[in-house]
Amino acid sequence: MAAIELRALTKVYPGGVKALDALDLTIPEGEFFALLGPSGCGKTTLLRTIAGLETATGGAVVIGDRDVTNLQPGARDIAMVFQDYALFPHMDVTDNIGYPLRIKKVAKPARREKAAEVGARLGLDHLMDRRPGQLSGGQQQRVALARVMATQAQAFLFDEPLSNLDARLRLEARTFLKKLQRELGVTTVFVTHDQAEALAMADRMAVMEAGHIRQIGTPAEVFQRPANTFVASFIGSTPMNLLDGVVRGDTLEVAGHSVAVPTSAKGRVPDGAEIVYGVRPEYMTYAAEPAEGAFGGKVAIVENLGATHLVTLDVNDVTVQAIVPEGSEPAIGDDGYALPRHDRALVYRNGELV
Amino acid sequence: MAQATSPPEVVQEDRSRRGGYSSDAAGLGRGRAAAFVAPALLLIAVFLVFPALWVLYLGLTNYRLTGAAAAEPQFVGLDNLIEAVTTPELWNSTWLTLQFVLGSAVIGQVVLGFTIAWLMRDRTGPLKRAVEGLVILAWILPSAIVSFLWVALLDADDGTLNAMLGIPGFPWLLDHPMLSIIIFNTWRGTAFSMMLYGAALGNVPPSHLESARLAGASGWQQLRDVVFPHIRGHILTNLLLISLWTFNDFSPFLLTAGGPDGRSEVLAVHVYKVALQSGELGHGAAVSTVILLINLVVAVFYLRLLRSKK
Repeated sequence: MAAIELRALTKVYPGGVKALDALDLTIPEGEFFALLGPSGCGKTTLLRTIAGLETATGGAVVIGDRDVTNLQPGARDIAMVFQDYALFPHMDVTDNIGYPLRIKKVAKPARREKAAEVGARLGLDHLMDRRPGQLSGGQQQRVALARVMATQAQAFLFDEPLSNLDARLRLEARTFLKKLQRELGVTTVFVTHDQAEALAMADRMAVMEAGHIRQIGTPAEVFQRPANTFVASFIGSTPMNLLDGVVRGDTLEVAGHSVAVPTSAKGRVPDGAEIVYGVRPEYMTYAAEPAEGAFGGKVAIVENLGATHLVTLDVNDVTVQAIVPEGSEPAIGDDGYALPRHDRALVYRNGELV
Repeated sequence: MAQATSPPEVVQEDRSRRGGYSSDAAGLGRGRAAAFVAPALLLIAVFLVFPALWVLYLGLTNYRLTGAAAAEPQFVGLDNLIEAVTTPELWNSTWLTLQFVLGSAVIGQVVLGFTIAWLMRDRTGPLKRAVEGLVILAWILPSAIVSFLWVALLDADDGTLNAMLGIPGFPWLLDHPMLSIIIFNTWRGTAFSMMLYGAALGNVPPSHLESARLAGASGWQQLRDVVFPHIRGHILTNLLLISLWTFNDFSPFLLTAGGPDGRSEVLAVHVYKVALQSGELGHGAAVSTVILLINLVVAVFYLRLLRSKK
């Protein structure tokens, strides 16, 4: 187990595409760390550069106290679970789990014993003689995890570990992975494009865009206080309301309404500045009656989210969304009022959080 | 029971309504299906099955290219076959053919073809195009031209190779006839294996190779544990095809004419000499029958390996 440290890590592909632009990142020992971002943001390249499958163009990768930037993948003492699990089809489960040990010249009985031990821990004991082709997706994933665990590497890397599972299994595997990582305590970095997955599993996460890290923090920090409008719009199962506005003294003029400057930005925005007012639909209180500081408009759309509804209001030609608990959803065309929570509203200036 | 039998009855009804079509997948019916494959079957019969059977028949006669036996061949039973398998020339030729197949096909073309495909797998650009272009060029040129080029290369007095090595007068084709045709055929046929392995390597999932690399596997271990198991079927198919092609290859004749003194007389050349140079068509047909049998044995051997999925 070891910490992972990236120093000004840069990766430029032949042809000039800058996949990673001087990234600095420290992942402490034992942390479950998520790399999140839209496709093409460089998160997979970052993971592969840590693994050594891509060579860094500049900067350094340090695992534990070793600079591994110029080491071969096999010499870095890390293990990786691939998106397609990369199980060898001609080997049974025992041999697949024991493969890294075989390369390290561990004797066969010791290998089989270790494979049996790890396999049993992941509930694979009755499948040890099967080939990967005879296993379900979830079982294959556990074999891939077992192979990683058997290596006793310094750090684990997971590339989209859940994306090949069907939706139901994915939730189970999410819980399982988090529990397993907690028990093993091995530094683990995983890549995902699913913000819900990152929020649910990670101890800390980095949100990436176009080769840059746009925010690092705990899921709570990233969810509640996105550092910029990119993160604000990327994180959350319903997109954050991001409304253009202007500062007028102690109030903000947003969508034809006057709202108070949120707690977090009080005294930090000059009069007359152009800002973006951000508040999540979850932090909006919806009412049919007008209230002080509420956005009033006509209900345009009502979407059923299960236990809640997402109501879209048309406020002076600006779209404002609010989450409404079940049973109190309005009808389309009704007049509605959405009151932002003062302590949860945010102000962005030039795209950055104030 | 009644439920189990009822569905076929429905099908029966359905079939009769559609005018006698059978229940085959395409719904054509036997007659039409036969009409579709008839032209292909006819061509195969005329150009493959009939000549093969004709050779079997000729092998049982004393048919000759010229003379009385050419006009009225006599049935001689197994005499030709017995004569063929009791002459040492046939077994000498079989031994030389074995060397030729093992040396130029199994070792030469397969190893060289795979090596080039492996080295070029991640390459793009002019080097890859140049190498592939040169290798394929050797494959697509007509045999007559290629043989002429090699005769010019290996000629003892005016040959290019001797001029380059500075050893004028060294008779490659006389002193090393088998080595010459083995190297010639390796050069000539590597393209097929290279292209086949190139395509096969594209099917090896990159994540499997990367997984092995992360475990610390060396280049050889990656080949053994990931690549070969993945392309096993390709390797066997490749071996089957080029073994048979090389076995029946006649182009060594264009370089050495089987000489000197029968030292490069592979079976294809042996048949030619017996049947057409000596004019003993019946005897030649009997030798061809032997070749056919050896080919069948080789094919069955590979197909069995291919089928034993491990």
